Amino acid sequence: MLTASEALNAYFLETRCQLLEIAATLDRLDRAALADGERLADTRLDRLYGALAVLAERPTASAGRASSDRAERLLNLFSDLD
Amino acid sequence: MQIIQPHYHGIARTAQDYERMAMSGVVAVAEPAFWAGFDRKYPETFVDYFRQISEFEPTRAAQYGIRHFCWVAVNPKEAENPPLSREVLRHMPLFFQKPTVLGVGEIGFHLTTKNEQEIFEAQVELAVRHNQLILIHTPHLHDKVRGTKRTLEILAHMQVDPTRVWIDHVEEHTIRGPLDAGYWVGLTLYPITKCSPKRAVDILEQYGSERILINSSADWGPSDPFTLQECILEFRRRHHTLQEAIDVFHNNPCRFLGQCPKFDIQPIRVETI
Repeated sequence: MLTASEALNAYFLETRCQLLEIAATLDRLDRAALADGERLADTRLDRLYGALAVLAERPTASAGRASSDRAERLLNLFSDLD
Repeated sequence: MQIIQPHYHGIARTAQDYERMAMSGVVAVAEPAFWAGFDRKYPETFVDYFRQISEFEPTRAAQYGIRHFCWVAVNPKEAENPPLSREVLRHMPLFFQKPTVLGVGEIGFHLTTKNEQEIFEAQVELAVRHNQLILIHTPHLHDKVRGTKRTLEILAHMQVDPTRVWIDHVEEHTIRGPLDAGYWVGLTLYPITKCSPKRAVDILEQYGSERILINSSADWGPSDPFTLQECILEFRRRHHTLQEAIDVFHNNPCRFLGQCPKFDIQPIRVETI
């Protein structure tokens, strides 16, 4: 298993790239909606923004442990659980 | 579809890349002089490198029906050594006479140091004095904004015609300045560290295609010459016409590089017969 520092070194650029792709995709959606003249109402979009909220959570030092279940939470978010 | 790959480091790639590029419609590549992955010690090493890209590499590309053009320069990383760079600059005018050399590039900043600036200015002056096209590299990642801004500040005080200068590796946060100042810009498609094919198409949709060149760079590092074709596919997927694709991926390189008479490939138009 990598140390935290090794993991950051190994995956920083790749993660930066993936975040940029997400940002560009959301920009693309916004521009398309603007061109269409209407706000896109689609539950998939709600799920995308819900996923972004999960990604934005950063564990605090006082929490005492890392939140390492983001991938699982995202997959559940994109699942029909009922 | 006919494609021109305007920034390609052929000496770092295999013959199979030329073969597959030819099969996918690439008719010409242009190879800027760049860093070899280590700092060279001798001016003569650069001279041999310039011979390689201006004499030998065109013969490799020609085996697959691809026209090969090139640029000569001291790249930004090795410009950190001014005495060596000055010696190399002394040899460059000889190469301007070669039939496939298009100009001076890629020059510019890596870490935006004083030494880099000295050699950047010297190479711009040399290009202007010899009426050469200019290709400018902008730095990677966190240094890109600072380096691009400094590049524009320096060029603004030099006697350059912006329409004969191509500022490469711009992205969303650095494209406006060079375009507004009248320069050509390049979007470089890299798997991780530069622009992606999808983002490049986003930029084309926002800014239009005037004075924009798309390239894969493709060198000895993590890179892929076929990101260019990936970009064309993405462009066409978004309902842009074949002629619009030809304008971006073939005709724009013709328009910029064709300012050097040695680059004699003409823009093309699709017609129904």
